[in-house]
Amino acid sequence: MVTIKLFAVYREKAKTDRIELDIKTDTAIKDLLEILKERTPSIKDLLTGGRGMIAVNQEIARLDTVVKDGDEVALIPPVSGGVLV
Amino acid sequence: MVRIQTEDFNIDTEIKNLRGKFKNAGGVVVFLGTARDFSRGKTIRNLFFEHYPGMAEKQLNLLREEAISKFNVLDVGIIHRVGKIEIAENIVLIIAVSQHRKDAFLACQWCIDELKKIIPIWKKEVTVDGETWVEEHP
Repeated sequence: MVTIKLFAVYREKAKTDRIELDIKTDTAIKDLLEILKERTPSIKDLLTGGRGMIAVNQEIARLDTVVKDGDEVALIPPVSGGVLV
Repeated sequence: MVRIQTEDFNIDTEIKNLRGKFKNAGGVVVFLGTARDFSRGKTIRNLFFEHYPGMAEKQLNLLREEAISKFNVLDVGIIHRVGKIEIAENIVLIIAVSQHRKDAFLACQWCIDELKKIIPIWKKEVTVDGETWVEEHP
């Protein structure tokens, strides 16, 4: 189980501040994002916009960062400069 | 000293607490960010700040440590408010203490610029036309 925290615009669009997903142990962030887009269409555009960031266990992650059971993932809306997803 | 809080801060108290730690401090530079009533041509009713608890504090601590190592300052204090903030209220306080003023000026400006770029704190502007999460920080 992975907990995905949503903040600010993500939280409001998804109408929830957390999503819990059962995933395979070796799921990369880029694959997790695809699962999220399917599951939560209301934030699909935001996740493909190329302006936000992802954190895993409160550290900025990359698209190839691997998420494992028990991790805390956060969808981080643009603060200003960061670009990842 | 790094804090994120909903309540307002007392600027004099914060300066005294930070300045009081050093006998060799010759300069204190303070940046106070406050809520203005306009943005991008619109009248602002109030602001709302949201942060990522845990990560925002951690990132602010790293920012403070980097400022201290990057500039010749004795200490840096950062306080950021979250929640609903009315016009003219305080939002963020940055205090840089140094032996000589130039270092404190440089550190203070660097801190507020970096804070707006990298710290997971988001601002929502509430106007008569609706609400907008702000992505740019001019």
